[in-house]
Amino acid sequence: MSMTMTQKILAAHAGQREVHAGELVMARLDLVLGNDITTPVAIGEFRKFGRDKVFDREKIALVPDHFTPNKDIKAAEQCACMRSFAKEQGIVNYFEVGHDCGIEHALLPEKGLVTAGDLVIGADSHTCTYGALGAFATGVGSTDMAAGMAAGETWFRVPSAIRIELTGSPRHHVGGKDLILHLIGLIGVDGARYMSLEFAGPGVASLSMDDRFAVANMAIEAGAKNGIFPVDGKALDYLAEHGAKPPEVYSADGGAEYERTISIDLSSLKPTVAFPHLPSNTRTIDEVGDIPIDQVVIGSCTNGRISDMRVAAEVFRGRKVAPGVRAIVIPATQRIWLQALEEGLLKVFAEAGCVVSTPTCGPCLGGHMGILAKGERCVATTNRNFVGRMGHVESEIYLASPAVAAASAVAGRIAAPNDEQ
Amino acid sequence: MTGTTFKYADNVDTDVIIPARYLNTPDARELAVHCMEDIDPSFAKRVRPGDIIVAGRNFGCGSSREHAPISIKACGVSCVIAASFARIFYRNALNIGLPILECPEAASAIAAGDRVSVDLGTGEIADDTTGRRFKAEPFPPFMQELIKAGGLAEYLRRAK
Repeated sequence: MSMTMTQKILAAHAGQREVHAGELVMARLDLVLGNDITTPVAIGEFRKFGRDKVFDREKIALVPDHFTPNKDIKAAEQCACMRSFAKEQGIVNYFEVGHDCGIEHALLPEKGLVTAGDLVIGADSHTCTYGALGAFATGVGSTDMAAGMAAGETWFRVPSAIRIELTGSPRHHVGGKDLILHLIGLIGVDGARYMSLEFAGPGVASLSMDDRFAVANMAIEAGAKNGIFPVDGKALDYLAEHGAKPPEVYSADGGAEYERTISIDLSSLKPTVAFPHLPSNTRTIDEVGDIPIDQVVIGSCTNGRISDMRVAAEVFRGRKVAPGVRAIVIPATQRIWLQALEEGLLKVFAEAGCVVSTPTCGPCLGGHMGILAKGERCVATTNRNFVGRMGHVESEIYLASPAVAAASAVAGRIAAPNDEQ
Repeated sequence: MTGTTFKYADNVDTDVIIPARYLNTPDARELAVHCMEDIDPSFAKRVRPGDIIVAGRNFGCGSSREHAPISIKACGVSCVIAASFARIFYRNALNIGLPILECPEAASAIAAGDRVSVDLGTGEIADDTTGRRFKAEPFPPFMQELIKAGGLAEYLRRAK
């Protein structure tokens, strides 16, 4: 029987020759992830299972990234709870703020903790990011995380898939964020509910790894179980450079069945913006009209990587953030922050009038470091623009690429990357 | 189970079910106080034990926060009926023992404030206000046991 790429990874981890869509399988886990919000709940559930020890202290990653550096006493207590659990269990991959830490979905690939062919669950919906590396990775809740930590395996319903056939290459200032926003605009926020989004076609080669991370990251915003990319030379180079385990490369069978196939010519994409209050509410940059803004956030597990920093700096260089606009730049990991420092990007941001934060999820989920007041508008490179996501219920979030976000900061309204010149 | 319904539209996300500003605690009672706050500010005050949430497509989309079903359950909500559920919320609700039923017909026909009775064993949903009846796919017996036990952890502990 022909299988999709995702189905092949699930079959291999379930110890089966084949699986079919809809089948329930018990599968072995290569990595179980949690953060400072979801792990405390998972620890409580883990205790209820009556196990003393996690299944493998090297296959659990605990990352304090959401409300860190601790935003208040309660957040500090949650981090303390996770820290002491990590110590008690001897968790190898616990990362402390400042000590080579960062936003989980930028950090784990950077640390080489995920390789092609892995099966990863994480108590964070954006765990699907690792599909960029050719892994099956999906978000779960805290109880599933606890069960995964205890048993090292869990059950899955084998998903069907939508195939996204990519051709062409994106134009300057168009990237992964524009592709995924365009796709979510096409199929809706539940357009891939329970399914895999499998990216394929000659256009994949033109996407950088950072572009692919941004695309796979937002598969969940179409309701998908996972998003996944074929493993090509670029992916293999990335894995080798980051010291990942030897990859297990799976590819979809020629005869694999898909719910549907969507063809996208990357060269036809324009910078795309998702208007409030759904990621599917997209317009191309030429259709946005005059939208004055109060804040810009450049960062997050979607777009806080080094190439995102470079794109933003290219736009900011020699320019100023518009009066009345607050621009907040957040490199996603300590290593990216340091690299941005060494490349002079942080200086560009600061001279333009941006504030540069240390790594945190912070404003993306309305935690801290950039909360919106009533009526305020923000252009953000983050992944969700739900009601109240970044602050007041009457604030507004417009999702866009780093290029559009930086250009908008300079223009004081939503703007195309070339408008301000 | 019988209760009064609270009705919501499509794509109710976990950020409006329990806003992230309250995620600095895992305490269910504290979370319950803020349940649905950003979509229906008076919900937590008005909801009574046994009440039922009825919603459209893709209920619980967005973040994986288990705090969302935890806060709904801690409010005393006896069941969530929706046209469809987002994947992670679906798993989380069952894992913590919050009864849910997928039934597009009921989700569209039942109005806010109706008195509704639900039989999880058969999947039967009765709108006692209008007299209409609906049928959802019931969960298999093991899943009903798991829900009754209060969730996966308790279910596995008892099974040992």
